[in-house]
Amino acid sequence: MENENAKKFGMVIDLDKCTGCGACMVACYAENNIPFREDDTDKMLSVSWMHVYKLNNGKSFPDYEECYLPRPCQHCEAHAGHSPCVSVCPATATDYDMSTGIVSQIYPRCFGCRYCMGACPYHVRQFNWWDPVWPDGMERMLNPEVSVRMRGVVEKCSFCIHRYQAAKDQAYMEDRREIEEDEYQTACTQACPAGAITFGDLNNPEHAVHQIAQPDAAHHGHSKNPKAFRLLERLGTNTKIYYLSRREWVRKAGDNYLKDEFKNKAHS
Amino acid sequence: MDSALIPKGVKRCPIWQFGLWIAANGAVLAWGVFAMLLVYIKGLNQTNMNNAYGFALWIWADLAVIALGGGAFFTGFLRYIVGKDELKNIINYAVLIGFICYSSALMILGFDIGQPLRGWFIFWHANVHSMLTEVAFCLTCYFGVLTIEYIPMVLENRKIDKVPFFHHLGHNMHEIMAVFAATGAFLSFFHQGSLGGVPGVMFGRPFGFREGVLVWPWTFFLFTWSAAAFGPCFTIFITKITETVTRKKLVKDNVIDLLAKISGWMIFFYVIAKIVDTVYWANVTAPARGLTFWDFYSNNPGSAYGIWILIAEVGVCGVLPALILIIPKLRQTQATLWLAVFLGVIGVCLNRWVMVLQVLAIPVLPFEDWFTYLPSWQEIATTLLPVAYGVIMISASYRYLPIFPQEQELNPIDEPAAPAEVGEPVPEPTGTGPEPELSPAES
Repeated sequence: MENENAKKFGMVIDLDKCTGCGACMVACYAENNIPFREDDTDKMLSVSWMHVYKLNNGKSFPDYEECYLPRPCQHCEAHAGHSPCVSVCPATATDYDMSTGIVSQIYPRCFGCRYCMGACPYHVRQFNWWDPVWPDGMERMLNPEVSVRMRGVVEKCSFCIHRYQAAKDQAYMEDRREIEEDEYQTACTQACPAGAITFGDLNNPEHAVHQIAQPDAAHHGHSKNPKAFRLLERLGTNTKIYYLSRREWVRKAGDNYLKDEFKNKAHS
Repeated sequence: MDSALIPKGVKRCPIWQFGLWIAANGAVLAWGVFAMLLVYIKGLNQTNMNNAYGFALWIWADLAVIALGGGAFFTGFLRYIVGKDELKNIINYAVLIGFICYSSALMILGFDIGQPLRGWFIFWHANVHSMLTEVAFCLTCYFGVLTIEYIPMVLENRKIDKVPFFHHLGHNMHEIMAVFAATGAFLSFFHQGSLGGVPGVMFGRPFGFREGVLVWPWTFFLFTWSAAAFGPCFTIFITKITETVTRKKLVKDNVIDLLAKISGWMIFFYVIAKIVDTVYWANVTAPARGLTFWDFYSNNPGSAYGIWILIAEVGVCGVLPALILIIPKLRQTQATLWLAVFLGVIGVCLNRWVMVLQVLAIPVLPFEDWFTYLPSWQEIATTLLPVAYGVIMISASYRYLPIFPQEQELNPIDEPAAPAEVGEPVPEPTGTGPEPELSPAES
């Protein structure tokens, strides 16, 4: 039975506002105790829950344009919570929470088979190839609300779920059943100096994220906002990260299209 | 020195020659074990896998050896369930090869996980929706079945067989072997299929994803079918290699011919199904996701995944061996038989490669590029480890166990159990002849 009070936390990222400064990535590293190595230049081996892609329109000066695209976990709902990664994990080490819409990762249960990494088309799932080694003194600066991960397990963006738990605890202490929109915000949302990231409950019409994304529940959350798109929407992943751009080439870059298909879709 | 352990009525090379052979393979084995220990102690950073290539050489090796080991379940199915009696003369070897393949697969899986001590979680916290869960359960159970099928062969060793308990145990196990053959076929259908389901259910990966029936994607059936079709090719291939190395005819031509013919028809129908699947995927599945057939076969570094790979897999290593094995004259000619089974083995390995590696190499996000991967020496050493282990297992089993029931008849000797001299003349194989007496395995 569907829970009428269920939340569906999601995000809108305005790509026309994003400057590619990387503050969201840094905030995410600090908030979630993400490990790094002395030489972390090989990004295929490093862990970053929030990764910023640099896109361009493929044209030469003066028509050249570029765009930065921050990519956290897309928290796919797919059909009835059967996210690409959740359904394949053999040890139930990742789960789709129907009450929040968040795809979680249970580190002590993950045994590192990496099937979820193969199943995720967004590369949001990353493997701990090494044990974390923190610079001297940095252990004391780790976030006590977030467990550090060991070598050999997969990790990914959690939508800072510890903040949600803290906000709920606070509300409970104050005898409230619901939390306010601003009581639960992810670290990347708060760190973005351009205000490009909006976070909230996509099911709540009062939340800004709902008003901007305008998700159509009858069509797997497809946005009614003509400037909005989701990454690889055609795969049926039904993600909760909506991107905004007034530039057509940026919107087109979010998915694969056959020749002239996007143009026809845009004019239909 | 070890003549008392060698089966009666057959010749084996001198112990020093056998020892040298084992030592050479043991060196490769030791190299693999060293690399395996490095992986266990230092972790998967010893590999060249990365966040794009979570699956790589090892998973390919797993899928490949399981497909090649499919000769065990399918030959057992034909022998015990369908009733192809001639295959009793090769079933022992098929089981031995299957046992080696499956034990190798389990060994590789043991170090291919980031937290090996948590490997049992796959059984304890099983997610029934995951294809990998089904693989783990069925594969483990089937390895148990193969062990049960292999034990009677060990019990037939001359010395062990003298112990009445082991003699009767072996005899009684043979009596109920049909039950295990049926169980093995049932389990194999599911784990071979589930391995096909691993890429088939990944709806985020358009190259691997397939529609299907209920919860099973088409790759589920294609993998089972291909294992049954190409597995016997591997059994024949290894038999032929063993005959070449030992310079003896070990299995009569009519047995090989029957298995080759069945394999040929299985490959033939598999290739038709594979072509239909590819055409549907290229024209319906992929375009529905905004991708064309050529997106999967072009613009990749060095054309590592050019169209050549599909032609090689389906054409050169699919259609060609099928035709050779179907046409009696061609499959009865040694050179073309060798070619067909070799191509068949390459074909199924190539299929497993693309369904693991190419799936991950292809960029799905439009702004990403193809991902490249070259295995590290540790990955190569640990992949050669099961090969060396297999050679040693086959060598020891051949030397001390009556694996080939027709060997004695095909290679008559005057003096029983005398160690053979190097380079001794090889008796002319008879090819066909009267049915030999039943081996201990069949008695």
